[in-house]
Amino acid sequence: MGMIPARFDYRQAGSVAEALQLLASCDDAKLLAGGHSLVPLMKMRLVSPSTLIDISGIAELQGVTDTGSVLRVGALTRHRVVERSQVVAQHVPLLAHVAGLVGDPQVRNRGTIGGSLVHGDPAADLPSVALATGATMVVTGAAGERRIAAADFFVDFLETAVGPDEILTAIEFPKRTGAGFGYEKFVRRSMDYAIVGVAVQAGDQPGIALVNMGSVPRRADAASQALAGGAGVDAVAALAAEGTNPPEDLNANADYRRHLASVLTKRALLAAGYR
Amino acid sequence: MSLIGAKVLRKEDPNLITGQGQYVDDLQPAGCAFMAMVRSTEPHARIVAIDTSAAKAIDGVLAVWTHADIAALPARPSSLPGMDMPLITGDVARFVGDIVAVVVAADRYTAADAAEAIIVDYESLPAVASLSQALAPDAPMIHPVLQGNTVFFQDYTEDLSAEFAAAPRTASLSLVNNRCAPAPIEPNVVLADWGPAGLTVWAAFQAPHHLRNTIAAFFGISQDTTRVIAPDVGGGFGAKINFASEIFLAAALSRALGRPVKYTQTRSECMVAMFHGRAQEHKVDVAFDDSGKILALKVQVTQDQGAYPDATGMGLPVLTTAMSAGCYKIPKVAVSWRNVVTNTTPVAAYRGAGRPEASYMIERVIDLIADETGVDPIEVRKTNFIPADGFPYQTHSPLAVYDSGNFAGALDELLRHADYPALKAEQAARLADPRAKLLGIGFASWLEIAGFGPPGSLEAFGHLASWESAQVRVQPDGSAIIYTGASPHGQGTVTTFAQIAADQLGIDFDRISVRHGDTAVIPQGIGTMGSRAVAVGGEGVKTASTRVFERAKKIAAHLLEATEDDIVVENEEFHVRGTPSKSVPWSQVAWKSFQPLELPAGMEPGSLDATVFQQVPNFSFPSGAYCCVVEIDRETGDVDIRNMYLVDDCGTVINPMLVEGQVHGGVAQGIAQALYEHMQYDESGVPRTATLMDYLVPAAPDLPGYVSGRTVTLNPSNTLGAKGVGESGSVGAPPAVINAVVDALSHLGVKHIDMPATPQKIWSILRGSK
Repeated sequence: MGMIPARFDYRQAGSVAEALQLLASCDDAKLLAGGHSLVPLMKMRLVSPSTLIDISGIAELQGVTDTGSVLRVGALTRHRVVERSQVVAQHVPLLAHVAGLVGDPQVRNRGTIGGSLVHGDPAADLPSVALATGATMVVTGAAGERRIAAADFFVDFLETAVGPDEILTAIEFPKRTGAGFGYEKFVRRSMDYAIVGVAVQAGDQPGIALVNMGSVPRRADAASQALAGGAGVDAVAALAAEGTNPPEDLNANADYRRHLASVLTKRALLAAGYR
Repeated sequence: MSLIGAKVLRKEDPNLITGQGQYVDDLQPAGCAFMAMVRSTEPHARIVAIDTSAAKAIDGVLAVWTHADIAALPARPSSLPGMDMPLITGDVARFVGDIVAVVVAADRYTAADAAEAIIVDYESLPAVASLSQALAPDAPMIHPVLQGNTVFFQDYTEDLSAEFAAAPRTASLSLVNNRCAPAPIEPNVVLADWGPAGLTVWAAFQAPHHLRNTIAAFFGISQDTTRVIAPDVGGGFGAKINFASEIFLAAALSRALGRPVKYTQTRSECMVAMFHGRAQEHKVDVAFDDSGKILALKVQVTQDQGAYPDATGMGLPVLTTAMSAGCYKIPKVAVSWRNVVTNTTPVAAYRGAGRPEASYMIERVIDLIADETGVDPIEVRKTNFIPADGFPYQTHSPLAVYDSGNFAGALDELLRHADYPALKAEQAARLADPRAKLLGIGFASWLEIAGFGPPGSLEAFGHLASWESAQVRVQPDGSAIIYTGASPHGQGTVTTFAQIAADQLGIDFDRISVRHGDTAVIPQGIGTMGSRAVAVGGEGVKTASTRVFERAKKIAAHLLEATEDDIVVENEEFHVRGTPSKSVPWSQVAWKSFQPLELPAGMEPGSLDATVFQQVPNFSFPSGAYCCVVEIDRETGDVDIRNMYLVDDCGTVINPMLVEGQVHGGVAQGIAQALYEHMQYDESGVPRTATLMDYLVPAAPDLPGYVSGRTVTLNPSNTLGAKGVGESGSVGAPPAVINAVVDALSHLGVKHIDMPATPQKIWSILRGSK
């Protein structure tokens, strides 16, 4: 009952090429980055990979690069680094803000942006940032790199478009320099996963994305379109939960979640500067 | 200068905060094997077969036990006849968490693998997951001896129908006191080493001697070769006075295997296996007049005992009904209670154990009366208080004779901190502004029964006696060691007891050590529970220290050729009063106390050593007044505690920092019960909150800053005047918080809201009002 994982092998990869090679050669292997999603599941024996391939030491996957048009964030960049990055705060301030709201300081010091995204948890914070800002996922496999739009990345519950022999290597965020943003996270207990969360990115290509409003992280499509069409905050907020099928749990039934999505959307829009 | 009341830093902390503490799981003797459990995943099921073959085949597995292997051993101690909890259950599993099989392996990973490899074939039986299911006419039976699932029923102690018929007003209230998981940071942990010389058990436990006596009786072995050690213990909250089956299994397996056996509960196990607390339902009727004066009170408590009634747990509604009148002079009180089994984790003591339930009930009743009559809640309290000169006060219960208190004084002190008129004005202004958060103001004047010490009080729960032991031993260099039977688990006893001893002995605080938790070192002992450590154990330290000091004075007088009555001690020097130059240091008195040639006639060497079994004539009754101010988000239903004003009266304060720490911790657990924590089961008896993701123990950012005040009425039952403070916060906080939440919503006609007051519940109310 919990806390003690089954036996597994442990391998360290020094480069993306080596990690890909190990992935291809081991059956049922998992990549280990920060471990903050994977290790708890292993301790509960909900997953029992045969091998952990530790990629946390791969230097080429760390850090933030300003390429001119986008910010390229290495998949292994820790939340704490993103949170404190000046360049992120300047060009994708929503990302810096939300990175500072992931879990608690211990989690942020250990967890990675790529790990959070590739886990595909609908209750996680960062997928909503990727969706609201229209980020692009860079995935590397034996055949080289491919790019996947955030909107196509989250496939099913805890499942993304990353193939079994591929690695998410970077995330490219379009610059939203000077644009407003808002993030509202409703929790009963601080530092928990959101019961519902809403991310709003203002600017030329505005976007609204939802946290924990279905089995996958998702954009609030109707609300985003209304926002792009110039609708007022109340009208946009009223559309927040449109098309969602929110989960029910001890904290919230579906009705309450829909209501929260609308309330939080309005608050995030106001924070982003909409009136 | 007296150290009583001094803000002395804890002696415990340098070890604990640098990671040098020694908890049971830190101990790793050579050859240590590890135990793991197979626990029932079914709330109620017949166990058709258990296939252990795959587990036994795993390399490193030393033993796999099922019920047949322990059939010769007694059931878990503190069980009730006919409803015994076997160490490993036999034909039937009765709750999710019931032990079905046990594995011991050379390491804890192999043990976990082996536990997973055991295949249990269950045949589900109908389960009772709640009190209403358990008491339904055709409810499934959990124990063959128990038709109807009621273990014990006490009908109303008095017929109050005439009083209720004659009363100008009556009201009723149904309350649920939500089930809580104690969830200490350290779960249950045990290490047993049974060798040729005897059995040693290291256990995370609150009462090591009690455990030693019980283990010896359980195995039919002698107490002199049975040793229990409770080293550093990481919180207990009452749950670590329960005889966890794992303790006895570890000892039995160590005997069978001839090597030390260790077991550390995982958090997931702890949530379902460590006994829960609260889990009561109340039906309350109250008769009162237009001024809010209470004329009569009827309280019926239904206690969920879980699957196996625990002897201590059976006493919870006894304490609740004994304390049902709270701080109030109520002419007629009738109480009734019922203990009921369900297919859930057993229920026993949890911080406050029966008294938070009473305080919550009567303080909700007071606010209900205020709501019905339109009289301010403060006035209703003052109208009904037992006056400060009304002590001792015999309640409706023979158990509770309140010894002292000043309830109106505490409330007045509270209102010096909380500006009630300003808060009322703010509340009205916010109500008028639809964009503003709602404000709620809640009060609780609370009282509890603590200081478990009068003869008979703990014997009723299976303890040897109700005294507490203290031994004071002066060393040849004039330092002193205190041995206490009140083994702590986070209270700071090592510090407070040294403060008490330093005052009596005139020995420097830094040269006094306090030892505890080892039955081979401490003469005898009872334990730390029921807020008794200082009120009984601390008083014992004072008594023993005084005895030693009187003897030291005799020796000093002899050495100084003066009369004993003229001897005083200052800065560790004995001298003749008025003649500071004529002096002898404590160290020399101590040294010579061991040398026959230096002693006065008739005095034996080694006499600066006294052991006391401290008795007290009555319980103690800590009390206080709390005020909680909440803000409620009208759109989301979220409750935020903005202010928490706390006035405690625990009598004499030994160390203000430790009192504050106890109050803050207790209030945190009280807020947790009111807003966050609720151990829930689905209809079939499967726990829904068995992890700390689903069971919301609040974290520091969820709690408000506290404003603390104090009143002091002395405890007449000991010379320290101390009442105890360990449980106070958990008694006072829940009603203050819920009264505030109800107050914030009372304009909508809300008269009550059950704990925990979750955002969704409040949103439903707010939505319904639109």
